[in-house]
Amino acid sequence: MSKKHTIIATVTNRVGILARVTGLLAQRGYNIESAIAAPTEDPDIYKITLVVKGTEDQMEQVTKQLNKLIDVIKVIDISHENNYIVREYIIMKVNINRKNRSEVLELMNVFSARPLDVDNNTLTMELSARARKIDRLIALMKPFGINEYVRSGEFAMTEDPRRSS
Amino acid sequence: MKGAEILIDGLIKEGVDTIFGYPGGVMIPVFDVLYSTKEIKFILTRHEQGATHAADGYARSTGKTGVVFVTSGPGATNTITGIATAKMDSVPIVVVTGQVSTKSIGTDAFQETDMSGLTRSICKHNYLVNHVRDLPRVIKEAFYIANSGRPGPVSIDLPVDVVNDSLPDYKYPETIDLPGYKPVVKGHINQIKKLAEAIKNAEKPLLYTGGGIISSSAHNNLLQFISKTNIPVITTLMGLGSIPYDHPRFVGMPGMHGVAAANYALTECDLLISVGARFDDRITGPAGSFAKQAKIAHVDIDPAEIGKVVKTDIPVVGDANYVLEKLTEMVDNSEYVEWNSRMSELKMEYPLHYDQKAHEYILPQYAIDMVNKFTTDDAIIVTDVGQHQMWCAQFIKYKQPRCFLSSGGLGTMGYGLPAAMGAQVANPDRRVVAITGDGGIQMNIQELATCAINNIPVKVVVINNSYLGMVRQWQDLFWDGKFSQTCLKKTPDCPDHCKGPNGNCPNRYWPNLEKVAEANGVKGFRVESVHDLEKTFSAAFAHKGPALIEVMVDKLTNVFPMIPSGKKNNEILFGDEK
Repeated sequence: MSKKHTIIATVTNRVGILARVTGLLAQRGYNIESAIAAPTEDPDIYKITLVVKGTEDQMEQVTKQLNKLIDVIKVIDISHENNYIVREYIIMKVNINRKNRSEVLELMNVFSARPLDVDNNTLTMELSARARKIDRLIALMKPFGINEYVRSGEFAMTEDPRRSS
Repeated sequence: MKGAEILIDGLIKEGVDTIFGYPGGVMIPVFDVLYSTKEIKFILTRHEQGATHAADGYARSTGKTGVVFVTSGPGATNTITGIATAKMDSVPIVVVTGQVSTKSIGTDAFQETDMSGLTRSICKHNYLVNHVRDLPRVIKEAFYIANSGRPGPVSIDLPVDVVNDSLPDYKYPETIDLPGYKPVVKGHINQIKKLAEAIKNAEKPLLYTGGGIISSSAHNNLLQFISKTNIPVITTLMGLGSIPYDHPRFVGMPGMHGVAAANYALTECDLLISVGARFDDRITGPAGSFAKQAKIAHVDIDPAEIGKVVKTDIPVVGDANYVLEKLTEMVDNSEYVEWNSRMSELKMEYPLHYDQKAHEYILPQYAIDMVNKFTTDDAIIVTDVGQHQMWCAQFIKYKQPRCFLSSGGLGTMGYGLPAAMGAQVANPDRRVVAITGDGGIQMNIQELATCAINNIPVKVVVINNSYLGMVRQWQDLFWDGKFSQTCLKKTPDCPDHCKGPNGNCPNRYWPNLEKVAEANGVKGFRVESVHDLEKTFSAAFAHKGPALIEVMVDKLTNVFPMIPSGKKNNEILFGDEK
């Protein structure tokens, strides 16, 4: 069965590494839903978080092929880990007027979304949460009129495996 | 020390004795250093593709890493086919391309192409060297990566300012630090035990070996394993020579043009032990129907190969040589009497054969068989791609590893002559024969001059049927005999729809390869009658330098047996062979 997988590749910070990783997925016919490359606590090491849709067999191939890249140090399909933290970030601009502004703010409050900017016609907010929660916030804001939003794509981290449940 | 000097010094330290290549603007500083380098022989080819295939032939015939030097832009892009060929067949080569200066990269400068972008998906790894201080490490890593684990091509793109810059405290590195690259050589002992157990329980085990046996020099351990277990063996195109063709346990090559016995063995076995092979679609047919009755064990140094095409019951990640050695220690002596007599029965029932006596024209199989008569066990046979390649796989009497070189995965026409040239440079005292077609020879025919000028005594046998034979065969069998653009004799005066040779065919045929050979300084021969074949071979093989024999063969002979594309291993066409 095809489902979404979040894959984290720990890579050496070399020129063209993001192109290598994303190019490999394209070359082997996989669709990337999102990709984030960012530095880590070690300046030589970057982490690339990918969300890819596919079957278990396909994901096994994806992780094996990624592991073959010389600059890729480690690949985990986080969906196979027992405990992990996953987050996505969104910035969204919603159309408002004086009448519905407080309603929008109330809804934001429920989600713990924070206002970033507000004027007479628009309100810009941010939220860091699980992707599903972000989807719901978007759905709730839709009736007010969404002017624009940008999502980061998911990134994730495993919990400390030494922790006792 | 200047970047160019560091490059050459690094190569010498890596044991490079030969480079194939072609100079150009941004590579002049490097060629300037080569001018006074005595340790390295440089073979100036006539085309960069020729250089890349030559390095490939050098590498396949020796196991050493082949090296190519070419310039930026068109020089670099001309190596692409050669790099892709080496990638598909896991051949270690290092391709050094010139590049415009780091300051000009991205400006569409003269002869600029994004080589690291172009080669990304067709090489094992690639580098764009941005600073001279990175160069020593890059050279060290490139040679290590190319020829360790599963071998493959590595490309190094070298901007001209980097080769001109100096590095005051140059020292060639002694160690390598690649945290992301640790090939698993030693197969997991528990997995090997599981495999040994499965062999014990099997009644009809079958070994399916590939190029991995040759890359890891596992042929001796393979023979020992076979002599202890008596398990019959089938071998892929890339693995031919890892077991002698006449070994009693050798069943043959399976696949689309493999021998019927090998294909039937695949459908009948109850345990398939793949070692260093990758379940290519030309062997498996539809993966769902492949070796249906068998448990599948897969030994490969590349974990990504396991489970890629077929579901594997016993995966073993490791080097073929290591795993076979351990496995031999663990298994009991066995005979598999019934199963082996079934193999003999299949071999007897479906032999490969041709009947020259029944034909007026020279049969291509007969011409290829003639090569056996003029070569010894250590001769290196290099093929091109197409019908003749399959006949070579069927009829050449390969005895040793690294003696049968062929572009298997990519199927590159034009591979034969330059690869043979590279193999001959690497093995000056051995006989090297390129067997090619009238299509393939013309794709890198310029290298005849390279052979003549450098006195590289390759013998070239051109199987000339005046067709692009393999495509013509498919048109014949599956496309209602419509020979669309496969006849090399076709002129504008020919009828639009031609269904094969007839009395109105043009008499002339260009080029006259005998004359082309002569014009390039290669001794040329042309033979048209069965009667003259042997003495022509005799004259060509007695000639001291390079020679080319153009053998005019029967035009419409097809390669059989054949499993049509998409059919199962037991759905074999025998044509008129049976």
